Amino acid sequence: MAGENQTVSEYIVHHLTHLTYGKLPEGFVKADGTVVGASGEWTFAHGPQDIAAMGFMSIHVDSLMWSVGLGLIFCWLFYRVAQKASSGTPSGFVNFAEMVVEFVDGTVKDTFHGRNPLIAPLSLTIFCWVFLMNLMDLVPVDLVPHLFLLSGVEYQKIVPSTDPNITMGMALGIFILMLYYSIKVKGFGFVKELTLNPFNHPAFIPVNLFMEVVGLLAKPFSLGLRLFGNMYAGEMIFILIAALFSAGVAWMLPAGLLQMGWAIFHILVITLQAFIFMVLTIVYLSMAHEDH
Amino acid sequence: MNINLTLIGQMVAFIVFVAFCMKYVWPPIVAAMQERAEKIADGLAAADRASHDLELAQKRAVEQMKEAKAEAAAIIDAANKRANTIIEDAKAAARVEADRVKAAGIAELEQETNRARTALRAELAELTFLATEKVLGASVDRAAHAKLVAEVTAELH
Repeated sequence: MAGENQTVSEYIVHHLTHLTYGKLPEGFVKADGTVVGASGEWTFAHGPQDIAAMGFMSIHVDSLMWSVGLGLIFCWLFYRVAQKASSGTPSGFVNFAEMVVEFVDGTVKDTFHGRNPLIAPLSLTIFCWVFLMNLMDLVPVDLVPHLFLLSGVEYQKIVPSTDPNITMGMALGIFILMLYYSIKVKGFGFVKELTLNPFNHPAFIPVNLFMEVVGLLAKPFSLGLRLFGNMYAGEMIFILIAALFSAGVAWMLPAGLLQMGWAIFHILVITLQAFIFMVLTIVYLSMAHEDH
Repeated sequence: MNINLTLIGQMVAFIVFVAFCMKYVWPPIVAAMQERAEKIADGLAAADRASHDLELAQKRAVEQMKEAKAEAAAIIDAANKRANTIIEDAKAAARVEADRVKAAGIAELEQETNRARTALRAELAELTFLATEKVLGASVDRAAHAKLVAEVTAELH
C-alpha cells in the first residue's frame, strides 16, 4: 500500500526511518535552507540527512515510546496479578500470569543453580517485555504509521525490537550485571579466568586476555544483535509483502496469502526469540556465578 | 542502523522495569503460588489420613460388633442357665413344700383318726356299760370296771 506518489524504495525507507528527536549541530543547513545557530538545535528530524547529522545526540522517540509503553503494560498487568494473587483458586488472567511465572521459574531453576533473587524476576521481565515488543511486529505494518501520518507525525516505527538501540540497551544492561556478578562472586578469580585461560602459562597472558575479552564481549553483542537481526528481517519481509500490494490487483491474493503465512510463522518466531533472549540471559549470568 | 541516546534510555527503562518486577511483581505471585502448593499438599495429606482413619474405624467397628455379638451370646447363655436353675430351684422348693403339706395332712389325719378312735372307744365303753346295765338290770360300778373296758376297747382298731 505504498502512497500514490511514492516509489517502493521510498516506501521501504520511510518504513525503516525512526521518529527521531535530536540535536542538530552548529552550522547544519536544514532542508528549508535555514542554518542552525551557535549552540545547535534540539528538534525532530525531517529526513535521513537530519538524522545522520544528529549522530549520537538523538533519541528514537517511537522506539522508546513503544518500548516503555509495552513495559508499562507488562508491569501493570502483572502488578494487578500480584495484588490479586492468593492461595485460593486462581482465575482468568491470574491463571495465565501464574503459568508464565511458573514457566520462567522452571527455566531459571533448570539453568541457574546459584542463589540470586534477581535472576527470576529479571528473566520474567525480559521474556514478557521482549515478547510484547516482538508482538508489535504482527500489527499490520502500515496501520499505525499511517494513522500517525494522518495526525501529522512523519515517521513511526512501532516494533522496538527492530531497533538495535533497544536490543543492545538491554544486552548492555545484562552485560553490566555479568561483569558485576563475575567480580562479586569470583573476585580476583575473574582476572585469572581472563588471563590464564585456555593456556595456563604466564607467557600466554596476552593471547589469553585477547581471546577471553573477545569471548566476553561477544556475549552481549550476540544477545542484542540476534534479537535485532531476527526481528529486523521479519519486519523487512512484512514491509516487502506490503509493498507487493502496490504491484497490481493480480498480486493482491498472493500477497494476502503471503502476509498471512508469514504472520502465522512469525507468531512462532517472536515467542522463540523472546525465549532465547531470556535463556541466554540466564545462561550468561549463570556463567558469571560459576567459580572454577 | 545508528546507535544513539535511545540506547541509554532503554537501559534506564530496563533497569526500572526489572527493579519494579523484582520488588512488586515476582515475590507476591511466587509466594501465593507456593502457599497454594502447600495448601494442596496439606489437603492431599489430610485426605490420605482421613481414608486411613476411615479404614481403621471400619476395622474397629467390625471388631466391636464381633465383641458385642459374643457378649450378647454370653448373656443369653447365662440367662438361660439362670432360668434353668430358677426352674429347678422352684421345682425343688415346690416338691419340698408338697411333701411338707402332705406330711402335715397325714399327721393331721392320724391325729383325727386317733382322736376318733379314742372317742369311739369311750363311746363303746359307754355303750357297753349301758348294754350291760340293761342285761343285768342293775347299775354297774363304772369306776370299778373302767379298767377292764378300756383294755377291751384298746384291742379294737
